[in-house]
Amino acid sequence: MTSHNKSTGAFGEKVIADFLLARGATILDHNWRIKEGEIDLVALMPTGRIAFVEVKTRRSYAFGHPLESITHDKALRLQRLALAWLATHKCFGREYQIDCVGVLISEDGKHAIEYRANVL
Amino acid sequence: MTLGRSFGVALVGLDGHVINVEADIADGLPGYTLLGLPDAALTESRDRVRSALVNSQEAWPNKKVTVSLSPAWLPKSGSGFDLPIAIALLAASSELPTEHIEGVLFLGELGLDGNLRSIRGVLPSLIAAYKAGIRTAVVPWVNRLEAQLMSEMNIIAMESLTQLLRWIRLGERDVPQELPLTTQELEEEFDFSDVAGQAQARKAAEISAVGGHHLLLIGPPGAGKTMIAQRLPGILPALSREEALEVTAIHSVAGGLTQRSALSSQAPFVSPHHTATRVAMVGGGAHVIRPGACSLAHRGVLFIDEAPECGPGVLDSLRQPLESGSITIARSVGSVSYPAQFILVLAANPCPCGKFTGRGRNCTCTSVQVRRYLSRLSGPLMDRIDLRVHVDSLSRVELTETELGESSKTIQNRVREARAIAAARFKDLPWRTNAEIPSRALRTSFLPERAGMNFLHAALDREQITARGLHKVMRTSWSIADLAGHSVPILEDVELAYGLREGMPL
Repeated sequence: MTSHNKSTGAFGEKVIADFLLARGATILDHNWRIKEGEIDLVALMPTGRIAFVEVKTRRSYAFGHPLESITHDKALRLQRLALAWLATHKCFGREYQIDCVGVLISEDGKHAIEYRANVL
Repeated sequence: MTLGRSFGVALVGLDGHVINVEADIADGLPGYTLLGLPDAALTESRDRVRSALVNSQEAWPNKKVTVSLSPAWLPKSGSGFDLPIAIALLAASSELPTEHIEGVLFLGELGLDGNLRSIRGVLPSLIAAYKAGIRTAVVPWVNRLEAQLMSEMNIIAMESLTQLLRWIRLGERDVPQELPLTTQELEEEFDFSDVAGQAQARKAAEISAVGGHHLLLIGPPGAGKTMIAQRLPGILPALSREEALEVTAIHSVAGGLTQRSALSSQAPFVSPHHTATRVAMVGGGAHVIRPGACSLAHRGVLFIDEAPECGPGVLDSLRQPLESGSITIARSVGSVSYPAQFILVLAANPCPCGKFTGRGRNCTCTSVQVRRYLSRLSGPLMDRIDLRVHVDSLSRVELTETELGESSKTIQNRVREARAIAAARFKDLPWRTNAEIPSRALRTSFLPERAGMNFLHAALDREQITARGLHKVMRTSWSIADLAGHSVPILEDVELAYGLREGMPL
């Protein structure tokens, strides 16, 4: 992965962390990584649920909509990762949800957020 | 609105079912689910619809899309649902005025560029929709002629999705819609005046056209069997509007309207090659049960050249449609009935080498081969053939004859008059041609003159004719009488009918 793509991804995750904080959530973890993969953001939502957030950031629609790259299989893998996170942090059985976010950064530096909560 | 609706039609044989197409757009990961037993071509509609929408400058909803085709239990097939799916999707994702969507039937396959492509079965789909109370239909421009036959409905022909959406949004139509509905003149491609000589075969063809009798032509190669068969549709009376609609509907389902004009009133002529399979002959198919040659020949002529060369069972598969005038095909997806009322014309060589004619001097076949050859035409099938004639090689006299034979037009006029006489006789009865008279009615109300019956009874006593054969001869004699203008078949008519059926030893 090029550093350009890395910084794009990091920027998107930062944007979403701010977005969640502004809505009263607490960020519990970010870029939690185990062998099976990585969770971009873990947040405690104002509703009391734990949200596992996958952030996809793109600079254009040239390769399709950012959320299109999350297939059903990928979403299921996210769920396995979420269960692993809950087990690791001794809060298995807590209500949780899988959220997916598409961030589109336009050339003038502005960005658009598409937040899809509880996609599974 | 996140829910959109439109109407499409699913065809099972010639019967259509109006299908409710519903599209729901929900939050969630982008995805597309198509419900309602779609087949492969219909599952692929997702990618066609998507590209068509994008290339028509419409937005594709990057959300969780669920499309349902109900009733869900009915297996659906084909690409005709592209358009109703696209409309339902757009109604769900954007603000489309419902005025031109509610109660409107949409038919059409979408190209990736958003153009509307032709589909099979437009006419039967429209008939089904009309029966279900739908009065307006959007069809592809290419299918407009066929669609216009359904004159009771308001037909909107469109070339592309963009055009259609302009009509739905703004009510603007940039294509003239009301087309003059003209019936095509009969094509004069084949005319009976081209046939030299062959007086007996010509007469037999004429009788066949009057009464709907099946015909067998036996003769050496090059004698004109095919020529005569090809000219038979030209002397059949033009199809009535109802008959033409019926024929067009069958050809539309089969996808063969490219060869046949939608408005043609000429009786169809279908001549499958003798290598045709049983399924090709009677119809069939795994997902879509398509009509076979015998249904394509409905209200016309089914001509099978080199009939003894047909595979085993192929000709005999025609026995049921010959008897009942329709064919029912059962497959795992369901069972379908197609009409199949046709005049069967078989042509055969007299022997494998084809030269066993006249004195048979050049024939190289053994006598066993000759006997076996025609016995490949099974007894039960031959029993249903009323007219069996020899088409012999032309003599010098016949070939040098400069005067042309009668034209198809002249013969057709005679046939039409004779059919009118028969129709008047059958005014209050359910059948229309002489070949259809049931044997019971034949014995009670449609007896030829006493002298004719005496002749037939004598033949029966001598075991020269079976009971079924006797009835067949009686039917043919009515057609001959109608042509000759006799109110009841006289002895001469019966003798001619007998000669045409039994005159040739098989």
